[in-house]
Amino acid sequence: MITVSINGEPRQFPQAISIAAFIEEMGLTGKRIALERNGEIVPRSTFATQQLADGDRLEVVVAVGGG
Amino acid sequence: MNDNLIIAGKSYSSRLLVGTGKYKDFAETQAAVEASGAEIITIAIRRSNIGQNPNEPSLLEILPPSKYTLLPNTAGCYTADDAVRTLRLARELLDGHTLAKLEVLGDPQSLYPNVVETIAAAKTLVAEGFQVMVYTSDDPIIAKQLEDIGCVAIMPLASLIGSGMGILNPWNLQLLMERVQVPVIVDAGVGTASDAAIAMELGCDGVLMNTAIAAAQNPVLMAGAMKKAVEAGREAYLAGRMPKKLYSASPSSPTAGIISSVRS
Repeated sequence: MITVSINGEPRQFPQAISIAAFIEEMGLTGKRIALERNGEIVPRSTFATQQLADGDRLEVVVAVGGG
Repeated sequence: MNDNLIIAGKSYSSRLLVGTGKYKDFAETQAAVEASGAEIITIAIRRSNIGQNPNEPSLLEILPPSKYTLLPNTAGCYTADDAVRTLRLARELLDGHTLAKLEVLGDPQSLYPNVVETIAAAKTLVAEGFQVMVYTSDDPIIAKQLEDIGCVAIMPLASLIGSGMGILNPWNLQLLMERVQVPVIVDAGVGTASDAAIAMELGCDGVLMNTAIAAAQNPVLMAGAMKKAVEAGREAYLAGRMPKKLYSASPSSPTAGIISSVRS
């Protein structure tokens, strides 16, 4: 079991998973998002190869209306 | 007449830049942006609502990057670190797009810019290859420092964000424009069309607004009014206004040939 903080909310996964699998599980596949892990940008090209680890802090962002 | 606005080497025919916040829905956002004629539009970067409304349309579907130059902003950031992180995320989100609006606020009541944090963030962002259009106060010395750091446009407030108070200190804007070579774009404070025209008549290179359009009773109609005001103000600036004087001894009609009841 690993616990990961996603946009400030803790979330548990039964085992370590790739970021690509995490995105699919969150229903975000194909969406235009950007992802930061522990303060560092995770390039989209590395989603399939990077694994989430216990204690990771993720920020998942989208574009919204704003001035 | 070719009178395009050049920012970071790219040419724009519209001098009105608009925000995309505070509209009642995407349809209104899209119609207002269209009516404004703006080519550069600001967007915000926010946490995704994970697991909620997976089929909700996204802003970038109605305002595609293929049609508009998107200007991701750092609105809501109060530290240089948060602003830098936000724009790094924006660059990843927009496939390496480097044009960005930096805004670091000082307090949540006034939304006045924190120029110390703004300068720190600008240094980092320019070093990382961002083309930074920077929201700042109307302080001409700070504006010059931001230009020297390498910002591609200086965007002073005319009055506080969302206040609609108009151009409160035209003299400072003029001082600022005298010192800065890159485009100066009034960002914040415009309330109605005449405010936008005044900014342009002063010689500003453009105007960026959001609330003045979005909070109008009829946003789409106001967007069109702002387009005309920016164009009118620009043309008046280029035309060069007549000098002001208290009265004139030079009437518009000829002084010769006036009929007279007095035979001479």
